[in-house]
Amino acid sequence: MNILNSSTSKRKKRSESISFWTFRLMSWFVCSLLFIILGFIVYHGISVISWEFLTSMPKEGMTGGGIYPAIVGTLCLIGGSVLFSFPIGVLAGIFMNEYAKDGVFVRFVRMMTNNLAGIPSIVFGLFGMSLFVNTLKFGDSILAGSLTLGLLTLPVVIRTTEEALKAVDNSFRTGSYALGASKLQTIRKVVLPIASPNIITGLILSIGRVSGETAPILFTVAAYFLPKLPHSVFDQVMALPYHLYVLATSGTDIEAARPMAYGTALVLIAIVLIFNLLANALRRYLSKKVKMN
Amino acid sequence: MKPKSFFNKLLEKIAEGILAISGSITTLAVLLIVIFLFKEGVGLFNQSSVDENSIIAVNKQNPINKLKPSDVKKIFDQELTNWKQLGGNDEEIVVVRFTDISTYYSDEKLGANLEHLPACFSNLTDSLKGAIVYMPAKYALKDFKGKKIHVDKVSLLDFFAGREWFPTAEPSAQLGILPLILGTLWVSLGAILLSLPLGIAVAIYMAEIASPRFRSFIKPIIELLSGIPSVVFGFFGLIVIVPMIQKTFGLPVGETGLAGSIILAIMALPTIITISEDALRTTPRAMKEASLALGATRWQTIYRIVIPYSISGLTAAAILGIGRAVGETMAVLMVTGNAAIMPKTLLEPVRTIPATIAAELGESSQGGLHYKALFTLGCILFIITLAINLTVEYISTKRMNNK
Amino acid sequence: MIKIESKNVNLFYGDFQALKDVTMAVEENTVAALIGPSGCGKSTYLRLFNRMNDLINNIKIEGEVLVDGQDIYNKGINVDELRIKVGMVFQKPNPFPKSIYENVAYGLRVNGVNDKSFIEEKVITSLKHAALWKEVKDKLHKSAFELSGGQQQRLCIARALAISPSVVLMDEPASALDPISTAKIEELIHELKKEYTIVIVTHNMQQAARVSDYTAFFYLGELIEYGKTANIFTNPTNIHTQNYVTGRFG
Repeated sequence: MNILNSSTSKRKKRSESISFWTFRLMSWFVCSLLFIILGFIVYHGISVISWEFLTSMPKEGMTGGGIYPAIVGTLCLIGGSVLFSFPIGVLAGIFMNEYAKDGVFVRFVRMMTNNLAGIPSIVFGLFGMSLFVNTLKFGDSILAGSLTLGLLTLPVVIRTTEEALKAVDNSFRTGSYALGASKLQTIRKVVLPIASPNIITGLILSIGRVSGETAPILFTVAAYFLPKLPHSVFDQVMALPYHLYVLATSGTDIEAARPMAYGTALVLIAIVLIFNLLANALRRYLSKKVKMN
Repeated sequence: MKPKSFFNKLLEKIAEGILAISGSITTLAVLLIVIFLFKEGVGLFNQSSVDENSIIAVNKQNPINKLKPSDVKKIFDQELTNWKQLGGNDEEIVVVRFTDISTYYSDEKLGANLEHLPACFSNLTDSLKGAIVYMPAKYALKDFKGKKIHVDKVSLLDFFAGREWFPTAEPSAQLGILPLILGTLWVSLGAILLSLPLGIAVAIYMAEIASPRFRSFIKPIIELLSGIPSVVFGFFGLIVIVPMIQKTFGLPVGETGLAGSIILAIMALPTIITISEDALRTTPRAMKEASLALGATRWQTIYRIVIPYSISGLTAAAILGIGRAVGETMAVLMVTGNAAIMPKTLLEPVRTIPATIAAELGESSQGGLHYKALFTLGCILFIITLAINLTVEYISTKRMNNK
Repeated sequence: MIKIESKNVNLFYGDFQALKDVTMAVEENTVAALIGPSGCGKSTYLRLFNRMNDLINNIKIEGEVLVDGQDIYNKGINVDELRIKVGMVFQKPNPFPKSIYENVAYGLRVNGVNDKSFIEEKVITSLKHAALWKEVKDKLHKSAFELSGGQQQRLCIARALAISPSVVLMDEPASALDPISTAKIEELIHELKKEYTIVIVTHNMQQAARVSDYTAFFYLGELIEYGKTANIFTNPTNIHTQNYVTGRFG
């Protein structure tokens, strides 16, 4: 006896192909979103980009000139936040994966890391303003902005490190112990070198995120208009994402500033893209190198 | 050999200590955030909604001693015109603002250097039975003949259920955040309704249907999408989506809740797709094979076996997507129009909590009422995201225990 | 009468050839056992007959695979229909996270059967067939995960029987079970033989000897020897087969 009649069989096939095509189209749609956004900004922005745009001060109420101080400012903020978050984050990741025993404490710390990762960036901005700007009296400064941004990226760095370490096969560790190496030696000489390609990739990706954050720097460092370069970490700077916000919404002449806004958006996206590509290239290069050694 | 090994052991211990300290940094950071947010925000409920340097006074014979902040606003907006409406005498209310004083007294009477100002205020309050005077506190001298009105402190109820957000209103700031809460909810809900079906569909396609080649093509695209800064999304929304909405619906302005929802939906997609895909992939291969071996199509296997199996992970994806939408600041700030009114539809301007903080903190004075109110909003955001994270944590540990 | 057979089948995973020129046939209402060391291709061979290998990317199949005289790798073949005719029981019990009743009813439901009384009747007879009815008749709507491993495996057999297949493929169905459950499954196979054609992959030589009528010995993707079970175990012609069945390797 055959339970299946041919109409059921056809219906099954039809509903499958309808749903699969729906999913396929939706996937293409999502891909196209990225290309639309990127294409739109590249299309309008590419004609604005010139050596002068990248290396001169904004002029005429920000409707002319360039975005040099904003680029420098963003680079300063990237550098500052990285100096803070990378060492501490990597150390924390090592601790979490290699030292901490699974227990209440570790579960709690992991939960806190997850929570920190989930806090909206504007809340980081409020916190940075309250602690770094007002309480510690750093003022609106690169220092305050970098620390705020650093704190924001910390969970990403920790998680990246942890995941990279977790991927290192345990046999490498036991093998090292068997040769009489101490825990610290094992981590330094065996585990970290193997994990480093993934760690470095993750770190570089996190830089891309830092460069685009706006809300945390609104009240800690970003200057509306400041056509000069910073001299110390206590100076205010312009920053690309905030500059784009200003150009798009609150400049003196929004229509006239539009080309500047397109150019700024393009530079911002280019930075993210470059770090993305760099991360992937480095991952490929380093993992090859580790394998060869 | 021995001293060296002692030295090594010490080194190990020191290293472990440093690592342990670094390990606790996130906990420390969360604690600090809690302390500083609440420190700045909590003072709000201890303060009158009237600026510290000003007072509100009435005639001595007026039986009213206390007013609610909302009543103060209604009086000064001339929505309330008679003291009777507030339980007082049948007397027309006469509003006197600081600048109004010159309509009652000539420049000579006020004095060349305004030295008679205190006396004028005093006399005016005394002579007008229905007067309510809003004046700088420093002019209320010892022999001031009026009666100071006590304006209620900002209450929790007024704060959460108040329908008016007008923090710079004079004389009494209106700090009702209901429109902001609703605005945030509307925009986030709209976003999740748009992005959840799309995101889960893409996740299903990637996890179950697509060839490995297509998957390795789409994966980096999703990664890139998540890397685009939120101001760029906001900028794109402002220039492309806002005019589109305005044209499609024939609206006076395109900056609406819907624009915010659309942009947020795009921004939440990577989160939803990544987490959903991971969840779908946890379905054991054996279970899928069993279904196929019974003559089920791949699609039947997906919706009868794979989706029910990974439902908790999909829920987590949805919740985290909402979390991202609730906390997103810049993009929303740029496209929603930011009107702090009670939203009725998604086709009018709305204002969200994060956008309010971003837009207003710069112009509020440190330690003032407005400043504190914004930090309280920050606390609320923090609590919402904390709740979301804990829920997701709960779901995922429950799932791990079940399997 | 021959129920299923393969003619000169080669199967490649990418560059790796997992089956080499396998030709063999199984008669109706008999039990054929596939034995051989791990990685010899016996599971891959079993999965040819309900096209379970289709799920693997980068796979290439040459030759003919016939069920009821029809080449099942022909273009016009409906895979779902084939899988209804050729049921399968897997190595580890893999019930769905549903109730016992719904597990057995699943195959009927996905194939468009809505008639409640028909489904109920089918569930009961299948459970009886799988010798599980007495143990579960009072908890049909409890989760299938509450059953023991052996019961779960018999549930999976009932599930496979519910859609009335004519061939049942079993991929080491008792390897994850205790001896008592294993004995029950073997007894069941004996019973099922009356109505179904059964192909069973097993690691366990005694099991093959106990349950099967014919035995095929696979080694490195090749079918080395195929014949009556009694002959294979007592009088193998090939030296590899001899070594394997006497336990000298594998």
